[in-house]
Amino acid sequence: MGTKNDVWLGTLSLMVLRTLSTMGPQHGYGLARRIEQTSGDKLQLNYGTLYPALLKLEQDGAIRSEWGISDNNRRAKFYKITQVGRKHLERETRNWQETTAILARFLAPAEEV
Amino acid sequence: MMTLRGAWRRLCTALGAKDRDGDVGDELDSLLQMHIDDLRRTGVTEEEARRRALIELGGMEQVRQVVRDRRGLPSLEGWARDVKYAMRTLMRTPGFSLVAILVMALGIGTSVALFTVVRSVLLRPLPFPRPDRLVTLYSHDERSQPGTGNLTAPGDFYDWEKVSHGYEQMAIWRWSGYNMSSNGGDLPEFLNAGTCSWNLFATLGVNPALGRLSTPTDDQIGAEPTVILSWSFFKRRFNGDPGILGRTIRLNSRMYTVIGVLPEWFQYPDPKIQLWVPWQVDVTTDQVLTHFNHIFHVVARLKDGASAFAALQEVSAVEQQLYTRLRGSGPMEQDVVAIPLLEDVVGDVKTPLYVLLAAVVCLLSIACLNLSNLLVARSAARRREMAIRSALGSSRLSMIRQQLTESLLICLAGGGLGVLLAVGATRWLVGHWTELPRAYDVRPDGLAVSFALAITLLAGILAGLLPAISSTGGPILAALQDGSRGVGGNAARVSLRRALLTAEVALTVVLLIAAGLLFKSFVRLRTVDLGCTTKHVLTMTYFLRGEKYSKPEQIVDFDTQLLDKVRHLPGVEAAGLTNVVPGGGYYGDHEVWIPEHPAEATGVHRFAAYRTADPGYFSAMQIRLVRGRFFSDDERMERDKFVIVNEELVRQYFPGDENPIGKHLRVEWRTPEGESYEIVGVVGNTIYEIGKPVRPMMWFPILSGIPGNSGDSVLVVRSARDVLPLGVPIQRLIASLDRNLPVKNVLTMDQIVGESTANSSFSATLVLSFAALSLLLAAVGLYGVLAYLVTQRTVEIGIRMALGAKREGVLRLMLLDGLRPAALGLVLGVAASLGVTRLISSVLYGTSPLDPAVYLSVIATLLLSATFACLLPAWKAARIDPICALRTE
Repeated sequence: MGTKNDVWLGTLSLMVLRTLSTMGPQHGYGLARRIEQTSGDKLQLNYGTLYPALLKLEQDGAIRSEWGISDNNRRAKFYKITQVGRKHLERETRNWQETTAILARFLAPAEEV
Repeated sequence: MMTLRGAWRRLCTALGAKDRDGDVGDELDSLLQMHIDDLRRTGVTEEEARRRALIELGGMEQVRQVVRDRRGLPSLEGWARDVKYAMRTLMRTPGFSLVAILVMALGIGTSVALFTVVRSVLLRPLPFPRPDRLVTLYSHDERSQPGTGNLTAPGDFYDWEKVSHGYEQMAIWRWSGYNMSSNGGDLPEFLNAGTCSWNLFATLGVNPALGRLSTPTDDQIGAEPTVILSWSFFKRRFNGDPGILGRTIRLNSRMYTVIGVLPEWFQYPDPKIQLWVPWQVDVTTDQVLTHFNHIFHVVARLKDGASAFAALQEVSAVEQQLYTRLRGSGPMEQDVVAIPLLEDVVGDVKTPLYVLLAAVVCLLSIACLNLSNLLVARSAARRREMAIRSALGSSRLSMIRQQLTESLLICLAGGGLGVLLAVGATRWLVGHWTELPRAYDVRPDGLAVSFALAITLLAGILAGLLPAISSTGGPILAALQDGSRGVGGNAARVSLRRALLTAEVALTVVLLIAAGLLFKSFVRLRTVDLGCTTKHVLTMTYFLRGEKYSKPEQIVDFDTQLLDKVRHLPGVEAAGLTNVVPGGGYYGDHEVWIPEHPAEATGVHRFAAYRTADPGYFSAMQIRLVRGRFFSDDERMERDKFVIVNEELVRQYFPGDENPIGKHLRVEWRTPEGESYEIVGVVGNTIYEIGKPVRPMMWFPILSGIPGNSGDSVLVVRSARDVLPLGVPIQRLIASLDRNLPVKNVLTMDQIVGESTANSSFSATLVLSFAALSLLLAAVGLYGVLAYLVTQRTVEIGIRMALGAKREGVLRLMLLDGLRPAALGLVLGVAASLGVTRLISSVLYGTSPLDPAVYLSVIATLLLSATFACLLPAWKAARIDPICALRTE
């Protein structure tokens, strides 16, 4: 199975929200594949991991779900980001960028100091 | 905000919202299908695609479970399910459940009861304001036992009070007693009383319930006599009528004005005290100022912020100066020790209480171990079930939780029952433990309830955890295969049970040995030779006090008339008078000199316990005459300068072969120059209190009639048969001589001995019954384990027999198998006891903590019980029919 990374806890909901926000409504299987693709196949996503995250987001009101028909004419449940979810995504994105920026400074090669 | 909403939804789902498992199933199915479609597109077969998709999904059931957990409140739902399931399991084996619950109830109940008593008596502060500032002060010299001291002379106390800065207040008190005359038709009554300095209640911080407390003017020589009543006496004798305030009552035929009533909760130092009188009312200036009469308890309250050490140093310095100045003229103490008031009140029962608490905790641990053991046996039977469940996707944690629920349920039921038991047991303990201080304070409180809850949960977890852990986990496949064959393969669990058994036996041994030691000590106490007869002897006490008995002839008249009448009663073999009977307490002593001997070195003082006797007393009590003679009938009134001493006094004060008869004892109790008494007889030693060493003793003629010296009388009556029926006729005789004279303590000698050994009888009996219970539990445990082993090894035994093993061989094999943990436990228990019993040596009398007889009999008892417990299953094993055994699978 190669050396694909497991998804870090906590970052998964951010990835889900971002994927739903840029690519529109998705079903669970598609979502998993998109996330794997976006990661450049560096991540491997198990439903056992994805499912609870989806459920939590839905309970928090960040996404909504409804049954629909997939491209291959299969019945599937589609997830869609809500207004609350967008705000959450915005806030979390900012936080994440700040954090990575700070960390980057620490980890940068020590030339200027 | 978002998590709040999430929590709300989850709660909604948990409480009654329709199960949406179907929905999740649909979604997972659709997912699986999409995955399969994807894989099919890459060209694999339908079957292979499904297989790969399923692997990648990571177990449908696990995902379903995670989703379910995520959606509702998993713990709540889980617990409810576990409880339902555990209930069902327990109901399926009602016998097992009932026994387990009862055993736990016993363990928890006794622990809670003892904890309630320990908490109420030893740990809860005394009911006074800022109780931690209260201390008792004792005079002290180098001969005092560590941590104790002696009573204090009033002169010393007043000197301490003058210089002390560290103590806010200090007060003195001592036991006293009064005859209360009949008052308008009431019966006369003897009252236990306290006599104290005016500020005792102020020092303790007590306010009166009614009226007022004493003032300094109430507590001086020549003051108008006043009395403060205890609440119980006020209720009992005066119907709680506040009109009694300001009225007078007659005590020792003197009138005392009632000025106050103490609150109901005030029971210091003993609930027996019915009233309090300021002490200087009844005494002379000499008695107030004396430094040689050590009679008082001192209670002091430390100032806020004052150092306890500095405060003590201050009074101790005064005592040292007094010692240096006065040691030549009389007995003096060297310094002062302070003991916290609580310690002073409860110090005597500390060790017995902690011993009992330790014993019940042992019992509870044994009960826990037993339950644990039984559960291990059950869980072994359920190992296959566990394996199947984990194969089907159940997590280990949830299986452990479910098994824990079972033991917790047992313990909760046991705990509930145990608390009921504890309420009864506490009441029983307080009712039957006559010498328990603060018994009136014993009641369950919040802490006791939390203790009950805590030990219940702890017991449940401890008993359940081991079996739960041992039956879950491990390779699933092995468990499934193991279950299908049923031969051996579960060595780990068997050794776990053996370890539990070993611990159980070890604890039982410790308990048995402690109980054996306490019991032996108690038997020693009961069989102590008092130095006199105790068979068919009745005693009763009266005090001749007040105006009516202020002259010697009045006292002698009463005593001789009474003795004459009693001796003529049918059934009376002999009668006599004394002030204290053997086993009745120390009472008091006096300093003595022997004029025929050279003067003692400065600071050396000789004492002898003070006793009185009439001419017939020694023969009535059958106290042995060693030398000389008893008193004669005419040695009375002024012709009283004769004394009888005991062998111990001769041994100590007449060393060598010196004949004491005809020598003199000088005492100074009426004049400073003293009076000399001729020694006319030496009698055998008698014990003043059971468990205490023999002391020098001297008897003076009670018929001297000196008020104060001869007024305290114990009438002893010996009969050839049961002496109790004589009690009422004798009391009638006393009433016919003086209608107003109360009689107290109508007791046989056996009752007196029984009372003074009540404490040790109590702890010995209790610990012994706990030990017997744990022995029973351990035996049941042994039986259970071996019986289980036999069923486990049926096939193996069958094979052995088929291959030619003899029945005796099988019997021996199984017996040894069961006895091995017992023997190991025995060794561990004995080793532990060698250390532990040292802790109870202070409550043992005439018994070494390493008493070999006790150890040997415990070892024998345990081996015997263990053998019996193992015999039945071993015998069963030996009776196995190899053909049937091999067919059992």
